[in-house]
Amino acid sequence: MFGYLVRRFLVAIPTLFVIITLAFFMMRAAPGSPFDLERPMPAAIKERIEASFHLDKPIYVQYGYYLKGLVRGDLGPSMKYKDKDVADLIREGLPVSATIGGSAMLLALIFGGILGSIAAIRQNSGVDYAVMGFSTTGISIPTFVTGPILALVFGVYLHWLPSGGLDRGRMTFTHLLLPVLTLALPQIAIIARLTRASMIEVLRSNFIRTAHAKGLSERTVLFGHAMRAAVLPLVSYAGPATAALLTGTLVVEQIFALPGIGRQFTIGALQRDYTVVMGVVILYAALIIAFNLLADILYGLLDPKVRYK
Amino acid sequence: MSAMTGNNAPLEAQMKKALEVEGRSLWQDARARLFRNKAAVASMVLLGIIVFLAVFGPMFWVHDYDTVYKDRVALPPSWENWHFLGTDVQGRDLFVRLLMGLRVSLAVGLVATTVSLVIGVLWGATAGYIGGRLDEVMMRIVDVLYAMPFIFFVIILMVIFRDATAGKPALNILLIFVAIGAVEWLTMARIVRGQTITLKGREFIEAAEAAGVRPLKIVVRHIVPNVLGPVVVYVTLTIPAVILAESFLSFIGLGVQEPLTSLGKLINDGAKNMETMPWTLFVPGITMMVTLFCFNFIGDGLRDAIDPKDR
Amino acid sequence: MSFGKKISMAVGLIAALAISACSPSTPDDPNLKILHRGNSGEPLSLDPHLASGTWENNIIGDMFIGLFTENAAGQPIPGMAKTWTTSEDSLTWEFELIDAKWSDGVPVKASDFVFGLRRILNPETQAQYASLVYPIKNAAAVNAGKMPGSELGVTALGEKKLRIELEYPAPYLTGLLTHYTTYAVPEHVVKEFGSKWIQPENIQVNGPYKLDSWRTNDFVHVVRNPLFYDNENVCLDEIYFYSITDNNTAERQVREGRLDVNNDFPGRKMDFLNKELPGYVRVHPYLGTTYFSFNTTKAPFDDKRVRVALSMALDRDHITKSVIKSGYIPAYSLVPPGIGNYPKGAISNWASLSFEDRKAKAKELLIEAGYGPDNPLQFEYTHRSTGDNPAAAPSVQSDWNSIAPWVNVTIAQIETQILYANLRSGDFTISDGGWVADFNDASNFLYLMETRSGSMNYSRYSNPEYDTIMDAANREMDMVKRADMMMRAEQMMLDDAPVVPMWYLVNRALVNPKVTGWVDNIVDLHRSRYLCITE
Repeated sequence: MFGYLVRRFLVAIPTLFVIITLAFFMMRAAPGSPFDLERPMPAAIKERIEASFHLDKPIYVQYGYYLKGLVRGDLGPSMKYKDKDVADLIREGLPVSATIGGSAMLLALIFGGILGSIAAIRQNSGVDYAVMGFSTTGISIPTFVTGPILALVFGVYLHWLPSGGLDRGRMTFTHLLLPVLTLALPQIAIIARLTRASMIEVLRSNFIRTAHAKGLSERTVLFGHAMRAAVLPLVSYAGPATAALLTGTLVVEQIFALPGIGRQFTIGALQRDYTVVMGVVILYAALIIAFNLLADILYGLLDPKVRYK
Repeated sequence: MSAMTGNNAPLEAQMKKALEVEGRSLWQDARARLFRNKAAVASMVLLGIIVFLAVFGPMFWVHDYDTVYKDRVALPPSWENWHFLGTDVQGRDLFVRLLMGLRVSLAVGLVATTVSLVIGVLWGATAGYIGGRLDEVMMRIVDVLYAMPFIFFVIILMVIFRDATAGKPALNILLIFVAIGAVEWLTMARIVRGQTITLKGREFIEAAEAAGVRPLKIVVRHIVPNVLGPVVVYVTLTIPAVILAESFLSFIGLGVQEPLTSLGKLINDGAKNMETMPWTLFVPGITMMVTLFCFNFIGDGLRDAIDPKDR
Repeated sequence: MSFGKKISMAVGLIAALAISACSPSTPDDPNLKILHRGNSGEPLSLDPHLASGTWENNIIGDMFIGLFTENAAGQPIPGMAKTWTTSEDSLTWEFELIDAKWSDGVPVKASDFVFGLRRILNPETQAQYASLVYPIKNAAAVNAGKMPGSELGVTALGEKKLRIELEYPAPYLTGLLTHYTTYAVPEHVVKEFGSKWIQPENIQVNGPYKLDSWRTNDFVHVVRNPLFYDNENVCLDEIYFYSITDNNTAERQVREGRLDVNNDFPGRKMDFLNKELPGYVRVHPYLGTTYFSFNTTKAPFDDKRVRVALSMALDRDHITKSVIKSGYIPAYSLVPPGIGNYPKGAISNWASLSFEDRKAKAKELLIEAGYGPDNPLQFEYTHRSTGDNPAAAPSVQSDWNSIAPWVNVTIAQIETQILYANLRSGDFTISDGGWVADFNDASNFLYLMETRSGSMNYSRYSNPEYDTIMDAANREMDMVKRADMMMRAEQMMLDDAPVVPMWYLVNRALVNPKVTGWVDNIVDLHRSRYLCITE
């Protein structure tokens, strides 16, 4: 197991390197540059600004500079935010995105898991149809519809919760509830469906029948055996999904005016803020790798048939 | 499959019998079972109607999807002039735009999902079954692509090729297929691989190996049918995901271009006016929901029908 | 059944959290007057020499005061300047400064202005907006690195006396001197902290408010500067500027009461908001025009008849009033009405015709130019991906396609910044675009169509006569004569139709009626020092 971890860790480094390289060149393949503005600046100034970011050099030299900075732990300055470094922007935005994303995922795992299991156990009952109906509805409504509706109803009409923003930069439960719900709804729906499907699969399989035959109680069979096997596909899904949620989502951050990195990142990509985009890609990639590793370890713990070589 | 029933008959004989099952009869059985499922049949009929309307409706409806009626801007639904779902902010008939949007969204959903299904299932099953170095390499590739944020991938693909496709609607939509399809197969591959690893330890696969069946055949014959349950469910999740992904592109202004439309774009436009023109949100919103419900019931029906464990 | 138990537990937990959550947000200190202002974008910089956006101007102008500043109605009034004199030839201006201090007590000196202007023009500063101060003698050369900063026509004649020499007469100089590019910066602070001088812990200001904190993508918080020269007349103690890019989100926050003011709202909802929030909705003409540019160097738009026909065939009334509905004003000229030093503008000579007549005339013109069933007119119209422009595109296409069955237009949406790059490089056939004036003077629009404007003259319009008139107008000090010359030039240009003026922009705002002192104005500048809150 320990050897497996070390090996996965060693593999992660070249993986990250490939990702950085791929992202770097893809980003540069996009037309335009961060300094193509609506109002042009004098050519001499533009050249100077580009030179200060090494944009005047051949692309492989720029790549070299970027890697050199990375090795020193320097993500570079933002090309758009003149007073800020990429590290500053991530430091400010990540806690907000991660709190919202993490809470949403937690909520989704709890509720999705419970709903899915109930639906599976009571397959084809009224409860099952209700859960699946809710789930399909949850998946088919985009967050840019649920977000404004929640904000309007609870913020504007009822005045129960803030319709957006933070409390002077502080995250409070009230300020995060609506964005977390908006983000969690489709995840609850997806997880409920995945849980139900794999649970049904497991309940039909012969090792559960065996367990029943052995005279184990319903409870032990469900929680001791069925659940354990049923969460496997869930683990595959939840690992990367969590990483994606932690790094923020444009829609929720925009609709609720939250200072996360998801919006920063999308706007960065649209405006070619190369360094900001690269910074978030690296962060995202590192999280994904970590969560995938976690998912695989969980897989091993839950399923004794998986062997770590 | 008999090997799964766990009785005491000799395993080899069981395996032999199982391998004799021909694909044809297998699918015939499945079809019979599928048609016994009322929800699935009703959904298929409804989806059939929806598809038919989406494909042929715009040709026969009294209005064209891009005709602007200047004196009929933002009309609520009424029977006057056959605008029975109202008109949009431009003064275009919402019903025919809805059909156009369905056509585009269904196309994006089906094509991108099929692409992701084929690549994802084969990739995941192969990696999971063969394991070892190949698994390592294949999943590393998936990891690398996975670790690229979806938005990054799609935005970059869209902006790189957008200029080339600007003003060419067919190419533009194709680009959306490719951009979304290129991302969606990854989850599929991971799920299938995970299932395959679990399956690999099972008796019937070991039996097939012992019987000298070639690896490719094992993957196609035994692994793929056995992972179909979760896969079909995932497909019914992928189609909405793809349709929603397209709507996200509309949200950031990189989606289908005017005067064409998609369900996601219609919903996005409607969401902006939900208080002043609620019908522009409800009409495409409900349509999207109904369509996805259909996919859902069909998916469930299919899973029950082709589930090898029931055979 | 244990699942039931689990669910009821979870529901209970959530309910408990929700109840405990009903504690309100941190209330404002009742002893302070605090304004919550929605500001449409995240500042890319708060350094007056590095900024370039109107939303940055809103904050910077609350912190810094130039030689001139704006009154509540947005008109130039003296700021740091007490008195000034102009030489006979209008090329030399001398300013006497008032007795003002930076927020650390150091006096504001004429040398701070010299330092500031040399700083923005120093190519090392990498200021994107430096070209705005090019009317100052040698500014362009200094900015290009061809002359040292000491050659710049700005001199400190004493601690409180400043001389500015110009390249050419600029009748709009007082207006220009309200702009942040011309501001003084505290030399002693900038020299000590370098580029970090703008951080909250280092900054010193000469305006009514001082930077307190800046949370990226959330808000900029400024607090009263007690050393501001007019501090006794400043009502509000603190301002929060929220960077809310989505105007639907901002609108909800105004309705909820979290924001007192927002400098935008979704235009289509104007009628709705007027009903929902009586007294909040503010719409006023702005210094901006949306116009399409023809690429006049390429067929088919090298033919004036085709350009005029297409311009005539667009139903601007319908597009602005029914489709976009943002209060935009249909445009038949490039220069928006109400702009400074231009009382009576030009107008396209066909503007008074009915739309039906225009459409018929357009068809005639196209036939005259050789188009018809055998020679269809086909072209691609490109438009920006942002703002109201995508909403207008289908109507534009429909208007053109309905001139005749043989007119066939395709539309292509291009990312806004790429589209502007294409416009400058001439890589388009017909494309939308827009211009918002840098300062309140008609010449800031009309220079766009001069031959020497190069890439900024998107349609590559070149008319020697136009250039000559504009050149003369730039030197004319008699404002009446100057306005007349500019009007003749604009009329000439409109007749040639290198551009299709579509609509004049408006500034929109939601202002809670409890906020007093908000005066709608054409430059859309509402300095917080003039605002107050009454309960």
